[in-house]
Amino acid sequence: MTARAFTGENGDEDVTIKILFCGVCHSDLHVAKNEWGFTNYPVVPGHEMVGTVMKVGSDVKKFKVGERVGVGVIVGSCKKCESCQQDLENYCPQTIFTYNSHYTDGTKTYGGYSDMIVVDERYVLRFPDNLPLEGGAPLLCAGITVYSPMKYYGMTEPGKHLGVAGLGGLGHVAVKMGKAFGLKVTVISSSPKKETEAIERLGADSFLVTSDPAKMKAALGTMDYIIDTVSAVHPLLPLLSLLKLNGKLVTVGLPDKPLELPIFPLVLGRKLVGGSDIGGMKETQEMLDFCAKHGIAADVEVIQMDYINTAMERLAKSDVRYRFVIDVASSLSQ
Amino acid sequence: MAMSSENEHPVKAFGWAARDSSGHLSPFKFSRRATQEKDVTFKVLYCGICHSDLHNVKNKWGITSYPVIPGHEIVGVVTEVGTKVTKFKVGDKVGIGCMVGSCRSCANCKDNLENYCPKMILSYGTKYYDGTITHGGYSDIMVSDEHFVIKIPDNLPLDGGAPLLCAGITVYSPLKYYGLDKVGMHLGVVGLGGLGHMAVKFAKAMGLKVTVISTSPNKKEEAMDHLGADGFLVSRNIEEMQSAMDTMDGIIDTVSAVHALLPLIGLLKTNGKLVMVGAPDKPLELPVLPLLLGRKIVGGSGIGGIKETQEMIDFAAKHNIVADIEVIPMDYVNTAMERLLKADVKYRFVIDIANSLKPI
Repeated sequence: MTARAFTGENGDEDVTIKILFCGVCHSDLHVAKNEWGFTNYPVVPGHEMVGTVMKVGSDVKKFKVGERVGVGVIVGSCKKCESCQQDLENYCPQTIFTYNSHYTDGTKTYGGYSDMIVVDERYVLRFPDNLPLEGGAPLLCAGITVYSPMKYYGMTEPGKHLGVAGLGGLGHVAVKMGKAFGLKVTVISSSPKKETEAIERLGADSFLVTSDPAKMKAALGTMDYIIDTVSAVHPLLPLLSLLKLNGKLVTVGLPDKPLELPIFPLVLGRKLVGGSDIGGMKETQEMLDFCAKHGIAADVEVIQMDYINTAMERLAKSDVRYRFVIDVASSLSQ
Repeated sequence: MAMSSENEHPVKAFGWAARDSSGHLSPFKFSRRATQEKDVTFKVLYCGICHSDLHNVKNKWGITSYPVIPGHEIVGVVTEVGTKVTKFKVGDKVGIGCMVGSCRSCANCKDNLENYCPKMILSYGTKYYDGTITHGGYSDIMVSDEHFVIKIPDNLPLDGGAPLLCAGITVYSPLKYYGLDKVGMHLGVVGLGGLGHMAVKFAKAMGLKVTVISTSPNKKEEAMDHLGADGFLVSRNIEEMQSAMDTMDGIIDTVSAVHALLPLIGLLKTNGKLVMVGAPDKPLELPVLPLLLGRKIVGGSGIGGIKETQEMIDFAAKHNIVADIEVIPMDYVNTAMERLLKADVKYRFVIDIANSLKPI
């Protein structure tokens, strides 16, 4: 497989990358199965990739051959709009996604389940030396997806109480980052069997099972913020009730139907529900550096390329702790 | 043994109360406590009719205890102050809004957020510290702890100023809290009633561009020529709504009926804020993808603390902001309630208590 239907040309601002590892994001599964209705087949998924620079264009300033780099969810944007000018390329109306998207010349974008990729340097991340490649790859989507709202919504004051709803790819990284910010972290989950894992391995301070009415009641009005990573349709009222006055519920999961939003709790407690979508390039770099500094990497199961379909089936059943990462370099031969 | 409303306190008082969930109001003799050392007693001159009064008298929220004297947009003149009162004197023009008590010691109270105190005492229909039920401003006198009394600046008309005490603070507080108060920002206001028209006036005074969003095309001239709105969108007009997508920094949504949020979220720019101050009694549908794609929020807000209410009144006095009102005599109140139900008022009824509330 080749990353892009191209002549092998590397533009002046482009970097050619040999892909070493690529994380399997749940979005890859949604797109592969056309669950969002806009998949353009054939599609090569993968937007959590790390690799080494093979070639740099003549105007490239940030990277040299041999450096370790990463590519995440976007490979292009208009560069001119207000969002792009504020380093918020992810909110540009003309964002070009790493896969299943089109460049301005009409060519399709293909993602990281492949041996190499050519990307404009603006959308390439410097991969810190002390971050493991396999565990660091998922940070390029899962990591920034929770880091960005934690910063934007002010979830970084040491001592405050963060709830993390859902313990999967996004959730487990949110727990690690929450602890690194000095927060008290409670995992909110429908699966009681995740408790030991959450507390002993991930370092959460407590664990709340949503189906335990007594425990949920005892936790009412105790949290300053909640990151909601759950993609299935689920009730918001119990989560809103866990928030204190001025509390913030931020949703980063993507349910495919609208959720029910009760308004009284918002009015009576001046609470809000907000969204967030990955992050801009500057913030993604900041996040990688933060993770390197605090020793944060994803918990991964490394697989060979030919295991991918089984991995997707297991992912659909949330049977992974907590991200599959494809060892592209050793299992995808030319 | 429960005392009758007339005898539970030493000072005779008179008002109009609802006695059952028909919500019909009629003359009612009751009593007020004597002025305690921290109390301010005032003769009520005007009282605004808030839509909450209507919900309450008809027991729409299931919490009403009859008989109930509504009214929480109350203004008047001080007649007596307690020995330890420092902020007011006889003759001062004052007002009371939605609250007459709170615990005064919790974190919210200490942060001037008495409205979020779990033990907050409403101006009517709530148990006071002495165990009696509070009675509101459709009455001849009010007695309140001075902490919850608002000073009305001399240049603010009392009749047009009364609705500020609930409608005013209800829209002012979220404009400040959600940062929708900066010159040049673009604010949408959904619903043009008691709350909505106040939001337009405050936002214009703060230097914002304001667009009213309404289901009624016939409110356009009023909104733009009279209230000073810069734009008007008919929410059912898909083309108009689409052409305004991605243009607003924030929206104050005053609509209490169940309604669609998706078109409103679409009007917001990236990082935009949709603030709910109306309270639909059923959940609304929240489409999650638009929130994510634009990093937008849906938040709520409910009235404001006492300090902020005073700040709002002072701001209104400075900028000559009053509500647009229809002054009515006390005995018109039931008809007013029927008209209010149909939103047939521009934009608040205010009862001329002093001149029309006559003891039976």
